[in-house]
Amino acid sequence: MTTTTLSAPGAPARTGGGDASGPALRARRTRLLHWIAVHTVAVAAALFFVLPFAFVFLTSVMSDGQAMSGELWPTEWHWSNYATVFHTPGFLDWWKNSLMYAGLGTLFTVCSAVPVAYALAKFRFRGRRAAMILVISTMMLPPQVIVIPMYLVWAQQLHLSGSLWPLIIPMAFGDAYSIFLLRQFLLTIPQEYIESAKVDGCGEVRTLLKIVVPMAKPGIAAIALFQFFYCWNDYFGPQIYAAQNPGAWTLSYGLESFKSAHNVDWNLTMAATLLIMVPVILVFFFAQKAFVEGVTLTGVKG
Amino acid sequence: MALNTRAPALRRKKMREKLRTVGFLSPWLVGFSVFFGYPLLATIYFSFMHYNQIEQPAFVGLKNWKYVLTQMPLFGPALWNTLWLVVVMVALRVVFGLGIGLLVTKIKSGAGFFRTAFYLPYLAPPVAATVAFVFLLNPGTGPVNEILGAVGIDAPSWFNDPNWAKPSLVLLSLWGIGDLMVIFMAALLDVPREQYEAAELDGAGAWGKFRYVTWPAITPIVMFAVVTGVVQTMQYYTQALVAGKLASGITIGPGTVIQPGYPDHSTLTVPQLVYSLGFQNFNTGAACVLSLVLFVIAMAVTTLLMRKRAGLLPAED
Repeated sequence: MTTTTLSAPGAPARTGGGDASGPALRARRTRLLHWIAVHTVAVAAALFFVLPFAFVFLTSVMSDGQAMSGELWPTEWHWSNYATVFHTPGFLDWWKNSLMYAGLGTLFTVCSAVPVAYALAKFRFRGRRAAMILVISTMMLPPQVIVIPMYLVWAQQLHLSGSLWPLIIPMAFGDAYSIFLLRQFLLTIPQEYIESAKVDGCGEVRTLLKIVVPMAKPGIAAIALFQFFYCWNDYFGPQIYAAQNPGAWTLSYGLESFKSAHNVDWNLTMAATLLIMVPVILVFFFAQKAFVEGVTLTGVKG
Repeated sequence: MALNTRAPALRRKKMREKLRTVGFLSPWLVGFSVFFGYPLLATIYFSFMHYNQIEQPAFVGLKNWKYVLTQMPLFGPALWNTLWLVVVMVALRVVFGLGIGLLVTKIKSGAGFFRTAFYLPYLAPPVAATVAFVFLLNPGTGPVNEILGAVGIDAPSWFNDPNWAKPSLVLLSLWGIGDLMVIFMAALLDVPREQYEAAELDGAGAWGKFRYVTWPAITPIVMFAVVTGVVQTMQYYTQALVAGKLASGITIGPGTVIQPGYPDHSTLTVPQLVYSLGFQNFNTGAACVLSLVLFVIAMAVTTLLMRKRAGLLPAED
């Protein structure tokens, strides 16, 4: 698949050769062939990306028996499967927990990342480069590297295991990835705006809140979205801290047990799977611009 | 005289600036020391201890290190699987992402639809995407094998076959190519059009244009994608764990202790082994040794990343 996508844009350009008709006609034919080739590949690729969603959806509305049959199209449409999922004990709690983790986590992250990113982007001080290197290093580290001592502190000293607080509280102290991304964004704000605010008598805090934050809204939106998605999708964190207390599970963590509890009911599992995907996809559609901007920001060179 | 009066004022200003910097950085300074510095040091400490999380830790010297590096049976498979994924998954993701990125820039009709369709799977939460793929590819009743069977292809058992489990994970990762697609698309659109026109005048074909115009322009982004891909793949955990657990068909809750890596340790990655050692076997010492091995590899890659200036740390910093 990969090789066809790579060669497709160029390949048709050559097939137009050896034609006796005029150059204008030939050019038009080449363009047409090119169009056909590109869009054929595009449709094939779209099938690869979209069909999994389609199969998940179709299975989610099948009857229990049919979901185990290997048939592709539902004979009867059991919309009630979705109600059954919602009435599964715990499912609503998982929703609530996911929202709390993602909501508070995002709020804490943004509040703590803004001043740090601002200082790293706009202040000149000794050790700035070292600080940036440390931020990037933390960002790159697998979370498993430090999880054991952290777990021991939360569980044995603070007695907070069995809840999501060990995941939420650290976010009030700066998340490396958010700091890095926001700092890249803040670098693009011209120094003159900050200087003129100072000339007008603004202190650092006022400059940050009145001038920088409004200008950095797209960047802040991007890190907020990323953090929301990170928390929503997190599996490792809840597994470490909330595993022993089903009342504290999140959707991402609970989904797996859903499959287990319902044994082989693929239809209900697929309904639950879709229900977990939907909020993220809705958030994306409402905030598409900020999101794509954030993704490109990761690749931006300073 | 003038110097004398100005020096303290200047020093006061410097002092104030320093305090201001520290103040703004303070959330991160606290976070970095408490949630990174401390646990890292503690990990090193525990790697020399025998500690089962009930009795007091006891010093055992290099015993844990020797055990993990030379005796532990699962260390080899875990390291091999992680390296396999780092090489194969990252390479295929970059090539596929570049291909899809190129494709998207060529689409004339329905560009918005295609872009969204290609991007959406990236948004699917990893657990949900994995559950979906385990269903799609299940050898009994999965739609993929139903279709392959209908057209007469002898389909593999995907997540249930030790030889196919990792390729299945790669397939899952290619489905979520959206992030790389967007990055490559942005980079490709940034290549100046005049350069293509100039290359065309010089008689360059499609391949020539890609090789001499596109490729040099996007190399930094490709480099960036490779290095961040390597870093991400070294942390590869959720998808491998969930796929292994679900495919194994063991129908008990996620709190249950099952050895990860089904089938035949073929999906066991280093991070999973850290979890298994530390939270299932309560062998804190060995788990910390393995954490540090992972740490060293990750640091080596990170250093490479900053050396090669893969777009992460601006040169003037």
